[in-house]
Amino acid sequence: MSSSRSAAARLEPSAAPVFAALGDPTRLGLLRRLSAEGPLSITRLSEGTGVTRQAITRHLDALEGVGLVSDARQGRERVFSLERKRLEIAQQYLAHVGAQWDAAAARLKAFVEREA
Amino acid sequence: MTTTTESPQVTDRIEKRFEVRAPQARVWRALADATEFGAWFGMTVEGTFAVGVTVRGQITHPGYCHMTMDLQVVALDAPRYFAYRWHPYPIDPKVDYSTEPTTLVEFHLAPVAGGTAITIVESGFDQIPLARRAEAFRMDDQGWTGQVKSITRYVEQS
Repeated sequence: MSSSRSAAARLEPSAAPVFAALGDPTRLGLLRRLSAEGPLSITRLSEGTGVTRQAITRHLDALEGVGLVSDARQGRERVFSLERKRLEIAQQYLAHVGAQWDAAAARLKAFVEREA
Repeated sequence: MTTTTESPQVTDRIEKRFEVRAPQARVWRALADATEFGAWFGMTVEGTFAVGVTVRGQITHPGYCHMTMDLQVVALDAPRYFAYRWHPYPIDPKVDYSTEPTTLVEFHLAPVAGGTAITIVESGFDQIPLARRAEAFRMDDQGWTGQVKSITRYVEQS
């Protein structure tokens, strides 16, 4: 039990709603751009989105709140960067559940084909 | 080896599509009959599936025998659609998961040449606390395996 408690303690900093923060097309779009283009200012991130700068700032703050992005000041601008480690947590969970379903699908296939 | 195809992107759901060489009626029975469902899924199921009914299953996989799964049947639309809600990975018997959000599991069946196409969708992960997911990771003996398309790769496709 103590080993699992220490494991839980290690994971504690990760216990934030990363998935909920990802559940939005604008935010996913922002993450994609940060991934493809590297650190970007709010001005650059607002360009071509059809969303106000204020709204983009709120989305970035939400992403920053769960550790998916971080920001730094460059002159008068805030420049945002992607934090890849946090994304990996969300990704690993779905990969894990997906692998369980792959195994279940294989069992279902074998089960119904047995008497076919 | 079953070939399943992934649906891309989205963080909220998992989708698996594959085909089996068995008639749709046969596949339907394997889903809608609780005993048959338990036989391939790997759990002992008490009761009968019916819309609005919650059926309890005891996992029979070695190492997971302490796990019970409550399946809340949402739809039973023969012979093409079966859906239920459950708590993904209720692995700790000391934790009461009943107040936590559930995911929706759906099975879609369609006839194809020589058999049946099955699509399994599990959705609602955005509502599951990340702490719970981290726990599933920790409790899993196999480690986190499975080469599934990743969110990382999704955001990296420009």
